[in-house]
Amino acid sequence: MPFKRYVEVGRVALVNYGKEYGKLVVIVDVVDQNRALVDAPDMIRCQMNFKRLSLTDIKINIRRSPKKSILIKAMEEADVKNKWENSSWGRKLIVQKRRASLNDFDRFKLMLAKIKRAGLIRRELAELKKGTAA
Amino acid sequence: MYHRRGLSAIKKQNDGAFPDHEGKPSSNKRKHKPTRLRDSITPGTVLILLAGRFMGKRVVFLKQLPSGLLLVTGPYRINGVPLRRVSQAYVIATSTKVDISGVNVKKFEDKYFSKKSDKKKNKKDANEFFDAEKPEKQKFPQEKKDDQKTVDVALIKLIESVPNLKAYLGARFSLKDGMKPHELVF
Repeated sequence: MPFKRYVEVGRVALVNYGKEYGKLVVIVDVVDQNRALVDAPDMIRCQMNFKRLSLTDIKINIRRSPKKSILIKAMEEADVKNKWENSSWGRKLIVQKRRASLNDFDRFKLMLAKIKRAGLIRRELAELKKGTAA
Repeated sequence: MYHRRGLSAIKKQNDGAFPDHEGKPSSNKRKHKPTRLRDSITPGTVLILLAGRFMGKRVVFLKQLPSGLLLVTGPYRINGVPLRRVSQAYVIATSTKVDISGVNVKKFEDKYFSKKSDKKKNKKDANEFFDAEKPEKQKFPQEKKDDQKTVDVALIKLIESVPNLKAYLGARFSLKDGMKPHELVF
């Protein structure tokens, strides 16, 4: 079981603790054994402990400590946003956010939809059972 | 104390005697304003009642009465909640709103909801006391039923135009497994 995701310049990570919780950031330099210099298009470059970061599969092509504009350009070329939103991890987070923001009425409508869907499935299952039993 | 309070100057201003304040009417009548209405509660908001006979029912908010209580209606045909007064503290405001501009609620004030007091003092005889006493059941006045109808007719039409809203208002709210009220968005 070798490691597959390495801490390296250009590695995209998800912040999992602190003020920037939930943001995607790029590791732009490594400070020491525990900390990295981290940057994102909408935040000021800062240092973060590795324990606050969850590494993702996405990696972009940059040199150590690039300028902000170069970082943004590289992120767009690598299409980080779309890759993230299409990955299963990214999709799960989007669904979680959507569920958390549901209004009371939305939750009611969701319940009705679930009941309807379950009814359809049960009907299909019953037909299939009848088919095999016959 | 006399000199400190400038009483000689006051006397001088008032022709050598202390001014008479007893003739003035007391002007310190403080009038209470109705309780501050939460920003999330506007006319037409769907509210969830948290206590009382209609606990859990989802209900439409009409207006705030001068006593501070909220005037609310089911509508009656949808969930059995009549025109009723409810305290703001026992209510959760959802973000679902119904358009209430077509409903006229001007005639409803706190007096509309006061109980009719029985002025006869019943002097109970020993016999009368032990008899099975059935208090005369007061019939619900027809005008109140008509008021309910006029308010509800316009509302129900609007509610039926939104899909699922009627069923939503007919259902009661309850906390289910896994629901964390401090994380729920209403």
